Formats: sequence, structure tokens, C-alpha cells
Amino acid sequence: MKTELRSEQLDPPSLIGDILRKLHIDVPLLAGLLMVTGLSFLVLYSASGQDIQVLVRQGARIGAAFVLMTVLAHINPYQFKRHSLLLYGIGVALLIAVLIMGEIGKGAQRWLDLGFFRFQPSEMLKITTPMMIAWYLSETALPPKWKQLGIAGLYILIPTLLIAKQPDLGTSILVASSGAAVIYFAGLSWKFIISVTIVMASLTPVLWHFMRDYQRDRVLTFLNPEADPMGRGYHIIQSKIAIGSGGLYGKGWQGSTQSQLDFLPESSTDFIFAVFAEEFGLIGCIVLLLIYLAIICRCLYIALQAQDTYCRLLAGSLSFTFFVYVFVNMGMVIGILPVVGVPLPLVSYGGTSMITLLAGFGILMSIHTHKKFLAS
Amino acid sequence: MSRSHTIKNTHEENRIFVRRAAIALIFIGLLSTGLIVRLIYLQIIGHDHYSTLANNNHIKIAPLPPTRGIIFDRKGRVLAENTPTFSLELIPEQIKDMDDTLARLQKLLEIPDEKIELYQKLRKREKRFTSIPLLLRMSEEEIARFATVRPYFPGVDIQARLVRNYPYDVLTSHVIGYVGRINEEELKSLPASEYRGSHHIGKAGIELAYETALHGKSGYAEIETNAQSRPISTIKTIDPIAGSNLYLSLDIDLQKTAYDALDIYNGAVVAIEIKTGGVLVFASRPGFDPNPFVYGIDSNSYNELQTSDARPMFNRALRGQYPPGSTIKPFMALAGLEYQAITPTQRKFCPGYFQLPNVKHKYRDWKKGGHGTIDMNAAIVQSCDVYFYELALALSIDKIHSFLTEFGFGELSGIDLVGEKPGLLPSKQWKRKARNQSWYPGETVITGIGQGYTQFTPLQLARGTATLANKGNVVNPHLVEHLVTNGITSLPPAAEPKMLQLKPQNVDTVTSAMVSVVHSARGTAKVISRGIDYQIAGKTGTAQVFTVKQDAKYNENQIDFKLRDHALFISFAPAHDPQIAVAVVVENGGHGGTVAAPIAGQVIRQYLKDKANEN
Repeated sequence: MKTELRSEQLDPPSLIGDILRKLHIDVPLLAGLLMVTGLSFLVLYSASGQDIQVLVRQGARIGAAFVLMTVLAHINPYQFKRHSLLLYGIGVALLIAVLIMGEIGKGAQRWLDLGFFRFQPSEMLKITTPMMIAWYLSETALPPKWKQLGIAGLYILIPTLLIAKQPDLGTSILVASSGAAVIYFAGLSWKFIISVTIVMASLTPVLWHFMRDYQRDRVLTFLNPEADPMGRGYHIIQSKIAIGSGGLYGKGWQGSTQSQLDFLPESSTDFIFAVFAEEFGLIGCIVLLLIYLAIICRCLYIALQAQDTYCRLLAGSLSFTFFVYVFVNMGMVIGILPVVGVPLPLVSYGGTSMITLLAGFGILMSIHTHKKFLAS
Repeated sequence: MSRSHTIKNTHEENRIFVRRAAIALIFIGLLSTGLIVRLIYLQIIGHDHYSTLANNNHIKIAPLPPTRGIIFDRKGRVLAENTPTFSLELIPEQIKDMDDTLARLQKLLEIPDEKIELYQKLRKREKRFTSIPLLLRMSEEEIARFATVRPYFPGVDIQARLVRNYPYDVLTSHVIGYVGRINEEELKSLPASEYRGSHHIGKAGIELAYETALHGKSGYAEIETNAQSRPISTIKTIDPIAGSNLYLSLDIDLQKTAYDALDIYNGAVVAIEIKTGGVLVFASRPGFDPNPFVYGIDSNSYNELQTSDARPMFNRALRGQYPPGSTIKPFMALAGLEYQAITPTQRKFCPGYFQLPNVKHKYRDWKKGGHGTIDMNAAIVQSCDVYFYELALALSIDKIHSFLTEFGFGELSGIDLVGEKPGLLPSKQWKRKARNQSWYPGETVITGIGQGYTQFTPLQLARGTATLANKGNVVNPHLVEHLVTNGITSLPPAAEPKMLQLKPQNVDTVTSAMVSVVHSARGTAKVISRGIDYQIAGKTGTAQVFTVKQDAKYNENQIDFKLRDHALFISFAPAHDPQIAVAVVVENGGHGGTVAAPIAGQVIRQYLKDKANEN
């Protein structure tokens, strides 16, 4: 951490550095993000079967997401804090709207069509839920008391259940863990964490009862993929074959036979890590994981440097959720977690998660680059 | 809160956060190590094993979709089949310049712009190496024209495909329905391994109701491929299980007769074979051509179908809910007899209107001067309204409700189609629940002549009539008589038989009155009795579409066609040994006797003539 500080102080005044500082961009974080998105282009080109169109579309999305990140980085974190409740309220209202419209239209229950573009309100909650909890807890003395815990828990539960009902298990897990992370960083007692873990584990049969049939199928498939190799076990089996056959060094860029021959479904989206692992091997995987960890470390560092409780909690939660993202996706692709439909952050093809993720990094940059003004 | 307390608190919070962040980092580190351990297990320890599996993956699994079952009518004529057609298909992966290829093809084969657009849409949904059709049902000339220049179009080829075809198009659109491309929602709920390689699914009618049976189950072939994934040899084949063939009770000739007889009108005809419950005619006019739906109808044609005033997509026989009008009267009369609210010979006086005690409102009879003093037979034959106003009041709405429910009115018939409407047979309880209002005696009065809230579907009218003709032995209508799967015949699940407790002489009384409706000089449907050597029992009905003001006169010629009354007719024949029951609803047809009855007459005549020829 000390080296980080020093490097910042010793930065020679350069044109690019100046511009980035004016743009409120955090250079180490940006570097990490660019590395991952760069790798994303590489794998996507291979996974899509050399489809330039896919790259162009993904490039446009990443561009838009980076613009949003820069805009958010410009906003003073005080503004986020002030509007946390409002943004959270809007998010929940939109979730309810989507649910009702879904009931009426009997169709997709995730999207809100705004005419010029469609978006998923559930994505918004990935950021507004931790904002809300951070705002609520930062207004009180920490560590939180029982009553505050109960209320914060309720704030998490509402969007989580609404999203699970869509049904979008992956996103609801991410929203729940982003909220839970805030409470954790606020100093939730260990006794409580351990007892909740035990209760949750014993409640698994109840959760089973509320799951949709296809969600149960996924869990069963996860436990025993070989039972239905032509049907639902197909993803996991093919994914493991792809990764395993990659070996230590991988088959080389565009050398993946699994995805090229289309044995691997969803190779551009949720299962892109399997293509990556097949082409770049164990070494590539470790490098990718290290880049992710570097990003997370930088984010946690930003959280530690943050100067008020709200910023600290929010930054801590965003960093941790980013890891959850990575872990859940890689975990399902390598067959240690059930398939829940979470993309590999910044790499999978698709726009919605990209926008939310970079919005989160925008907030982190805002927290980091505004603190000097706050301090003075 | 004191200032010093806040400062101390902030310190504490800071301390907590630093510690928590450290623990989180350790946690993240542990989980990441877990990921790496698993990767080592897969990529180092399991490498050989998975490499072998990956190499074996040069064995490609090719789906073998099953052939969809064929649908036949009762005489074995094909109503839905799979016809081989030739289509021009493009594999995007193998085409270097898609735009140029499409432009050249468009010029060569004079392809309209919409088809190019549709192709571009399909292309986005499919994988790059799948063969996607651009032109379907190519003519021989088109095939020939393309064949000569084929070498200049790599990645473009003519493929033979089986395409679902409905030879009787508009005639069967509402019964057979159609198949269409599987959409994303459907894909989620389908068993993946059984539908591997299938692109179509039943969307309406029998195609939807019997989807599982018609579709069958996909098989697959394990094909060895070379490095370019070109097939070399087939290693193993799991054959698909073909879909079941369906044999319907429908008679396509009768269906055509009924559909044609509706002529310029919108309406529905349902005919049921009384002894079996097999549906002989299930016609809803207008229909539509289901064939364009198979490979995706273009949006203009679809919008046209959706927005047309005649509502061709609307299945009137199954989902049309109409006030039954006077066709309810035979059932009311039977209720009166069974509940002993009246006897066949008891006479009532009809002055041309009816009034509830102490109420000014006049419930009018259709005949201005009234029918005078009449008994039950005359009341049914001349369709006297006042007689049935009084009878309904004497019965009470709850008795009417429970008696007519037994005949299936206001209930789903359970026919083997999806989306049936239940109609409405009102009761006190229903009104309390649906409208939170109490029931008024005036509403009982108009229920007696099938007006007010009462609404039945043409299918219910046919079923109720068939049950009456069957002397209370409830008829359960169905379309599929049997299924044949791989040469083995099976029957669809049958409904529980149910016998209504009716006195035979009461049924005879009502039946003979219905015979007089057709065969007596004053009967409202006497036009159809000419030239037949058997007896038809029937009842005409006229359902009001709009309400005529008190003391105003309804003049058919003066009002808008769309507001003209619906014409209805229910019937069964031969009256002494009932074989067929027919219900006809003609929207805005005016009077039941002149428009609806002749349609039923034609269907009955043709059916009985056919039957006589068979024997």
C-alpha cells in the first residue's frame, strides 16, 4: 500500500496523467479494467467463431460503459449518499413495474422497454442496494444494533425476492451478497454471522421447496451431471472437458476444439471462461485470476482510504461483490457451483452486466478522487 | 450525541473496517486458492482424461428430429401432413460476403425484400454454422435456375425439408390449428433431449392440445468428423420415436358443408355424434390459412388478421360466448317439468307482455298482440316469451342454474382443445361474487328466454342438445377418436360417464314440441322440413345484440348490420333415434328460423344420407 501512495506522489506531471486526473479516473484501476476487457476481446473473437460483428457490438457496449463510468466518477460521492434512498426506491418501484407488466404481458419479466433502449431494473439494484444499506447504516453508530440489522436485512430482502421471482437466481444472489457485504463491513458480530450460516444451511430444504422446476434441475444436474448427458448435464460435462483438455499451457489462441466444434454451449456468454481455460491453460487462468484479484485489491484499498463511513462501506461492498461475481461464474464453469446464470465480469458477451460493473467502478473512482476535496 | 463520542465512534468504525477488510481479503484469498486447486485438478491431474474425451468429441452428436404425426379425419382424409419441399438454405459461416451473396441471389431468383429481411432476422437467432432457409417451397423453375449457377454460391444449397402442410387451410384452421417456430419461452419449458433438432411446436388447436403425442421424441446419431468437422462416418444411431398419428371424429365434408353454408356471415357450427360424443363439425367462420404460420407469417399479413373486423383468428365455436336466446326454452321447459313447476297441459295467458307485481316495466313478447292462451307445446313451437317469463319466475334462478348446469351450460365441456371459454350461467351466488350485488327478480324473468347475463358457447349448445337427445346420458364431446403410435392403437382418456335423472315422459314432451318447431305449420323452423323422410327436433333462437327501448319497434332493415340480432338454432335428428346434434350461431344473422336452421338442415341431411349409404 505504501508503494501505491508513493507512486501517486511521485507521478511526474504528464499530459495523459493530467487529463486522467481531471477526468477523475483512477489509473491503477483503469489499467486493470483495460487488461481484462482486452482479454475479453481476444477470447470473444475465438469463442464467436471469428465473428467481427460480435467484437464490434461488444466494443460499442464497453465504450458506452466506460463513458458512464467516467460520468459517475465525476459526481461527488456526497451526491450518491444524498440520493441513496431515492435511487433505491426507484429501483424497487421499477422491479415491481416489470413484475406487473410481466403478469399482464405473460412474457419476459426482466426487461423494461423504454422505447429507445431496454434495460433490466434488477441490474440497477446491484448498485442501489448496497448504496441504500451503506446510507442507512452510516447514519447510525456502528457496529449496528439488532433493530438496525433487522431493517437493513429487510432492505436487502425486498429486491432479492422480487428479482428471484422474475426468476433470475444469479442476479438475486449478487444483489443479496452486495447488501450483506455492507453489513459485514459495518461490523456485524461474528456470532451472528456463524449462527446465520448454520440456520441457512438447515433451511436448504425450505429453499428447495420454493425453487422453480428448472432451478431444481440445475441443482440436481450440478450434483450429478452424468445422469443426463444429452440434456441438462451437457453444459457442465462439456465445460469440464474443455477446461481439462486445455492443460497447463492451453491449446493456444483460437485453438479450442470444444467451442470451435460447438460442443460447448453458450461459449460466448456465461461459459466463456471454459473457452479461455481451454485456449490459455492453467497459466492463463491464474493470470486472469490475478488480474481480477489486483482489481479487487485496488478497490479495497480505495475503500480503506475513503474518508467517511458511507463511502467506506459502499466501496467495500462493491469490491467484495465483484469478487462474488468472479467466483460464482468461475465456480459454475469449473463445476464446483450450480449453474446460476452469472456472466464472467467484463469478459462475457452482453451489455447489461458490463454497464452495471463499470458504473460500480465509476463510483469507486469518484470515492477515491474526490476525497482530497472533502479533506480540504 | 456529544462531539467526543462521535470522534471516538469514528475511530472505532475505522478500526472495525480495517479488520473486516483484512478478513475479507483472507476469505477472498482462500476461495481463489480453491478455484486454482480445482483448476489444477482439472487441467493437470485430469488433463489426460479430459484430452481423451475432447478427442472423442470429434464424434459429433447430430440430432435426429422425429417426424410429426399425421392428422386424419374420420374417413382417413389427411388434415395435417408433412410434405417434402425444397428450400434454398445458406450457412452463414461458409459465406464470405453475406450482403453480396444475398444481393446476387435476390437478382437471380427475384426474391422480395421482405424475405431477405426475414432471413436476416432468423440469421441473428441461429448459430453461424446452422443452415437457415431463405426461400421455402421453391418452384421447379427456381430450383433449375439456381442449379446452373450453384458453383458460384459457396455455402448456399438446396435442401429437402419436411414442412407441415394443411391441405384444407381455412376449413380446419380453428380445429387443427397450426405449428410454428419454437420461441424462447417454450424452449425453456421443453424437455431438451426430446426436442433436440426440432424447430416447430403446436401453437393452436389439435396441434397444440396433442403436442406431446404428435411430436414424438428426438433421437441422435454419433458421427465421426474430421478436423474441419466434416462428417466421415456414422458410429451409432438412436432412432427418433415418430409422433403419433391422430384419427379425428371430424368429417371434413360435413365441415366444408357447414363452413360454406355460413356463407357471408360470421358464425359457428358444431355437430356432435350423439352416441360417441365425437365432434363431426367444428366450424368457425371466417377462418384463416394456417400454412403461412408454419415458417413465420410476415408482420403485415399477421396484423391484417389481427385487426380485421371479422376476427378470423377468433375461434367462435370454442370461445365465442353468445346469449342463447330462445334456444334455452326446451331446457327451461324440461326444468319446469322435472321440478314440477308446471305440467305439459297447464295453460298460461300471453297478452303480449309480462309485468312483475307492482312494477311498471313491461317485459315484451316478440309477438306484439301476444299468443293468447297456450300450453307448453304451443309455447315452444311459437316460442312464446311470456310463458317462459312466468315459468322462470316460478322456478327461481337457483333451480334454473342447477338444472342447466347438469347439461354443461356455463361449464367447460372438457373437449380436447386448449382455450375453451366457460360461458356464463348466472346464479345468485355468482352475482354476489362477481358484481357484489344481490339478484333481482327481473333478471330471473329474462334468463327464462336466454337473455340478460346468460351466455353459452356454440360447443355448449351442441353438447346440451346432444345430452337432451341422449335422454340425459351426458355427452362428452371430443375430437380425437384414437392415436396410432408405431402401429399400436391407443385411446385418449375418456370422460366419466354420467346419467342425469330425467323422467322419460318429460323428455318426450319436450322432444315432440321440438319436432313441431320443424314439422308443424306454425313452427319457427318449418322451412327445413321440406323433402326429408325423417324428423328433426329443433329450436330457433334470436339473441339481441342491442336493447330496443320500451315501446320502440325493432326494425331489422333500419339498423346497422353489426347491431342486428344473432341467429341461433339447435337441433338433433332423427328425433326418434337421435344420431347427430347440431348447434348453429350466425352473428348478425337476424332470425334463427330463416338463417341458422337451414345450415343445420344441410349438415343433418348430408350426415344421414352418408350414413344410409354406408349401410
